[in-house]
Order: sequence, then C-alpha cells, then structure tokens
Amino acid sequence: MIERLPELVNGDAALVRRGRYFTDVFMIEVGDVQYLVHVRQGRIEEVERGPFVMRSWRFAVRASADIWDRFWQKLPDPGYHDIFALLHKGEIAFDGDLQPMMANLLYVKAVIAAPRMLAAGKAS
Amino acid sequence: MTARIEPIIGRYLHLELEGRDHRIYFEEAGDGIPLLCLHTAGSDARQFRALMSDEAITSHYRVIAFDMPWHGKSSPPAGWEREEYQLSTSSYTDMIMSFARALDLDQPVVMGCSIGGRIVLSLALEHAGELGALIGLQCGAYVQRYYDSSWLNRPDVHGGEVCAAIVSGLIAPQSPEEHRWETLWHYMQGGPGVFTGDLHFYQVEGDIRGRIGAIDTTQCPLFMLTGEYDYSCAPADTQAAAALIDGARVVIMKGLAHFPMSENPELFRTYLLPVLDEIRGASKA
Repeated sequence: MIERLPELVNGDAALVRRGRYFTDVFMIEVGDVQYLVHVRQGRIEEVERGPFVMRSWRFAVRASADIWDRFWQKLPDPGYHDIFALLHKGEIAFDGDLQPMMANLLYVKAVIAAPRMLAAGKAS
Repeated sequence: MTARIEPIIGRYLHLELEGRDHRIYFEEAGDGIPLLCLHTAGSDARQFRALMSDEAITSHYRVIAFDMPWHGKSSPPAGWEREEYQLSTSSYTDMIMSFARALDLDQPVVMGCSIGGRIVLSLALEHAGELGALIGLQCGAYVQRYYDSSWLNRPDVHGGEVCAAIVSGLIAPQSPEEHRWETLWHYMQGGPGVFTGDLHFYQVEGDIRGRIGAIDTTQCPLFMLTGEYDYSCAPADTQAAAALIDGARVVIMKGLAHFPMSENPELFRTYLLPVLDEIRGASKA
C-alpha cells in the first residue's frame, strides 16, 4: 500500500501542486513496520521500508495495522475515515515537528489517504 | 447554460450587541414561518444557500440566515484590531435573540449547526416561550478537545488552508466533491483567529451538560439531527444529550457528517423536510 505512494500521488497533478511547497521526509508507521516517505515539491520521490537505525524524519504518523486497514477501505466506516477522526478516538499518534504537517495538512491528508484508490480500483 | 438569478436576497442590518454597533449581513428567501438558520464555527451563512433555493422549504418557510459578527460579510465591531475574538454562550444567545427581535420574527423556528446546534440547547432553556421550535444539527452538550486549536491561527501556517484541512474530515466520504469543496472554501475565507474564537465557546466555555435536563420540550419542541460521519459531534454525543432531555427527538442521518446543509443538500433535505412538515403541522393545530 504505502510503497505505491509514488504512483498514486505523482499521477495526480492537482495533488502534486497542492504540495508544491512541501519538501521533507516523514514517517508512516503501520504497526511494527516503519516507512519513510521522501517528498520533493509535492512529488513522492521514494518510500523506504524499515527497520531503520538512527534515521531522521520531520514528523511521524503512527497507528496499528488494523486501524490503517480500516482507514484504507474504499468507503471507511465512520470514525475511520480521517486521521483527525482517528486522533479523536485515540487510535493514531502524531509526533515530531508538526509544523510542516499542519502547514500542508490538506496535502498530507490526501497523501496518507491515497492507498484508498487501490481499494477503489482506481489504480491498478 | 442559461443565466438565472437565485431567489435569495441579502441585506445589512445595524444592530447594537453588547453595547457596540454591529453591521450584520443576512440573507433570506421564502414566505411563511420564520426559519432562522445558524452557521457553524468559522464559516458563514452561505452554508444554507441550498435550503434557500429549495421551493419545498421556501413555499412554507421564510428562511433567514445571518453571518455572525467577524464572519462572512458581517464586520467585526470597530476597535477589533486591539482585541481577541472569543464567542461565549451569553454573547451568542444575545446575538441570536437581538437579531430575531430586530426583524420582528414571530415565534421563529431556530435551526443551528455545530456551535449553532449547541446554542439551540441554551435557547431551549432560556427563550423557549419566544420560539416556535428548535432544530439542532450536530447538536451535543459538550465536546472533548481532541486537537490543539492554536494551529489554526499562527503566522507560519496559512490560516485558511489549515482551517479547511482541519474540518475536511468532518465531511462524509460520500458527499459530492462540488459541495465538499464549497464547504471547505467557506473555511478558507474565514478571518484570522475567528474559527479559534468560535471554538472557545464550542470546546471550552459552552459545556451545557449540567443544565439541559431542565429543557421543557412541551413548551418548545426540540429536534436533534446528526450525521453519522461526524466525530466532532458524533451520533453518540447527540444521543447522550438527548437522553437527558424529555421529549427530545433524535434522527441519525446516514451518509452525512458535520455540515449536512452544505456538504450534501440533496440528501439532507430528505431528513429535514419531514421535520419541517411536522413543525408546520403542529403550528396550525
């Protein structure tokens, strides 16, 4: 899912434009598995899969594999449809320097939700 | 495409609120029972534009919505540049009742969403005798603060972008893209600190859990309609409030979230019309 972010995001010109001021590395944690997402001007350059030793990242978004599975459904259930809905439930954690995340929140939310396109069959 | 003019009329009202002159913008359409609509925190009365163009509603109701001071086309009061905007239960209640009296609205039905849904509970306690009925959309007595709202107003984060991004999850996944992004646009246009100032009432000052048991729905009927995808005021929050109020009527709206009237007006009307019909039927009796 996460490994396919480059194709899911980079093919969406409007989304890339929305993230044009975002150049950074952030972490998505799916249960025990960590991913580092490298972004340059809204394009996903690379997704690395951990484990990592002494790697730096700007901010991290962490939830269990079960929660992400529910989040990435084509039509998620109420409460599992947005990262702030998960925050409200206490099922997700944000840490690190949150300023770039908050300054680009529409973009970051769309990137994190992009794997739903796989469930929806919009990307093969 | 043929040009067309909507039936909505907008005007400005000068009104003294808390001892200061305010210039308040309001819109209306229709004839009949006054239906005064209250917008959500950080947005404005444009959220109700679909209702105002719906003949099934405007043929029986005079639909009116004002932009709260600091919101939409209403100005902040003179001297605003030296103060921090903060909405409170008393200032919000005074604003609504002053507006209704200024327009000579007779026994208006008041329908508010989110902060408007919360204040409806205060109106039920304090002004039931002056009101025909109350409709709380996304109506709860309390919300636990679940994010740090200081992110909404600081110079290194674009306020319009982040306010829209914060509420974007409060729109149901199924809602049409056109309406989703128009709803977000309203948030993108809010003034600096205004959404945060409204949230002071919603998340801090306006906890009304301890008082709502005294609401008398025989004096003024209370309907509570909540979208299933809302997590800011979830169905469980509405049901918890309703459990404390004898006679409160609850409807959980499938496929809707925090902005039913603007995120998916076509779906919302299927829930609202029966309520408006019932209120109209009771008012004739």
